[in-house]
Amino acid sequence: MRFELQVALRFLQEGRVQTALILAGIGTGVGVIIFLSALIAGLQESIIERTLGNQAHVILQPPDEVARPQLDRANEAILEHVQRPAQRLRSILGWPGLLTDLRRRPEVVAATPTVEGSAFALRGTANRSVALRGVEPESYAGILDLRSKLTAGTFDVTGTHAVVGVELAKELGLAVGETLRLVAPNDRSEVFTISGLFDVGNKDLNLRWVFISLRAGQTLVDLSGGVSTLQLKVRDIFRAEEMAQEIRAATGLKVDSWMTLNAQILMGLRSQSSSSVMIQFFVIVAVVLGIASVLVVSVIQKGRQIGILRAFGTRREQILRIFLLQGGLLGLAGSLAGILLGTFLALAFQSTATNPDGSPIFPVALTAVLYVRSVLVALGTGLVGSWLPARRAAALDPAVAIRYE
Amino acid sequence: MSEATAVLELRGVRKSYPGAVSTEVLHGIDIRVDRGEFVALVGPSGSGKSTLLNILGLLDRPTSGTVEILGEDCTGLDDAGLTKLRGRSLGFVFQFHHLLPAFTAEENVYLPLMADKGHFEPGMRERARDLLGRIGLEGFETRLASRLSGGQQQRVAIARALAMSPALVLADEPTGNLDQASGQQAFQFMRRFNRELGTAFLLVTHEPRLAALCDRTLTLVDGRIVGGETGPKGSPAVA
Repeated sequence: MRFELQVALRFLQEGRVQTALILAGIGTGVGVIIFLSALIAGLQESIIERTLGNQAHVILQPPDEVARPQLDRANEAILEHVQRPAQRLRSILGWPGLLTDLRRRPEVVAATPTVEGSAFALRGTANRSVALRGVEPESYAGILDLRSKLTAGTFDVTGTHAVVGVELAKELGLAVGETLRLVAPNDRSEVFTISGLFDVGNKDLNLRWVFISLRAGQTLVDLSGGVSTLQLKVRDIFRAEEMAQEIRAATGLKVDSWMTLNAQILMGLRSQSSSSVMIQFFVIVAVVLGIASVLVVSVIQKGRQIGILRAFGTRREQILRIFLLQGGLLGLAGSLAGILLGTFLALAFQSTATNPDGSPIFPVALTAVLYVRSVLVALGTGLVGSWLPARRAAALDPAVAIRYE
Repeated sequence: MSEATAVLELRGVRKSYPGAVSTEVLHGIDIRVDRGEFVALVGPSGSGKSTLLNILGLLDRPTSGTVEILGEDCTGLDDAGLTKLRGRSLGFVFQFHHLLPAFTAEENVYLPLMADKGHFEPGMRERARDLLGRIGLEGFETRLASRLSGGQQQRVAIARALAMSPALVLADEPTGNLDQASGQQAFQFMRRFNRELGTAFLLVTHEPRLAALCDRTLTLVDGRIVGGETGPKGSPAVA
């Protein structure tokens, strides 16, 4: 065993009560950090899952149409008002090539073309305004896996088959195998057979969304061969806006990320993260001060022993390491105690309240990364907390320490 | 006496403490201790013994003059150099033994070896056990220092001082805190190691009886070595 480690361990062992108290302090601090981090991360994952579960991370659309007044330069006129033109449903020019390029980007997990438009769903005398979704089933599954959300039938949108939400089915009295007519604003209409019913956990979407094939969608909204949107899922959701800006700059298209479409939720998430970081910061400061105060007292109490160690040839840097090691060992042992405490608190809290389906109301995210980070933070905290006491111990004059302590 | 046999040599050592009025505690000390000598240093309280011992033990630096250990001039050495020389060439026995209470007797003895090497080696334990056996502490090797009697603790301290096979052991009133029997025993062990191992000892003591048993006696009064030397050896202290 290393000399410094043996002395550090014995010093900690010698001050048993002090060591136990500071370990309890560090353990509590690390436990609180783990509990808070797991809870906030769990809640954020849950919110993100609920928010982004039914939508793409990045959506590309044709650029908005703008009026371009034809000014006569010779007789320059001042226009008081230029009317903004109504936006028509248009296709993204050159979308197949663009889609191929997007799919090649490493940060893109899934990309799919869709035709989106409004229509009326008619069945007998009942009708409903609905949102058409003309999709390619295979690639769309990368954005929203509707197969896992089906309550009846299959996700079959080939030919004139359609999949509708459970709320729309209820409103129109539909069941799998029955038909409904979709009428687009341009008076084009088609009769579709219901192949499946879905429930995405959102009543409004269950009432409005109607999924048909991409080709049927193109025909209905009069966008032959075109698509109105390209939808992307990206690897790092918090880089979605950065990516949207890149694509916007490169293509000139209208590109939105989930971050701009859900700005308030994002602000809420960031506020949660900031609060968590603040709490963790103050807990760490308290732990650093705790370690430092215990070791300062230890240096005073062990002044004579330090003097003796120096007298028989222990070098200053060895004394420094002995006290840094004590800080590091306290941090390490405290973090292990904290992991146990934090995990227990998080799991206990998670089990206090559950949804009707058995899922927790307060989900917690206990990950290996969180544990490793907590150990490293505690280790760093121990070293920082022990730095000043260690320097003080190393600077002790052995003659004075032996004589006067 | 040839230069080669000197383990310690002080020439013109002075020590002053700065202040509003600088106070000189040692006024030009010349001392030489040869290999295998057993020398007593006596003097009244306040004569500068502790200051002198700190300078001899390389725990403090003189204001002027030179200190040589085994012929090496320590004046220009930095703290690391002094620590290394101190650890390898000098042993210390203090009045209050100053063992590390959380360590066992044998650990206390081999800690200087560990500090020097930086890590533990099995031979260190054997060395410690050998020394403890020779000082009558066989069977106490694994007992915590704090659970030994005063006399036993002082004997462990003597063993620790000898662990690195130093050329010189500086003993600061090693019997001052012991009853007469334990004190006598500790002295006899030191004398025995001196004869068997050839280790030089410089013993600070207030007991004339013990000083009389040393090879020679140096008397320090008001920061000066005075009155020549006494003792069976009767050789001059300064070459």
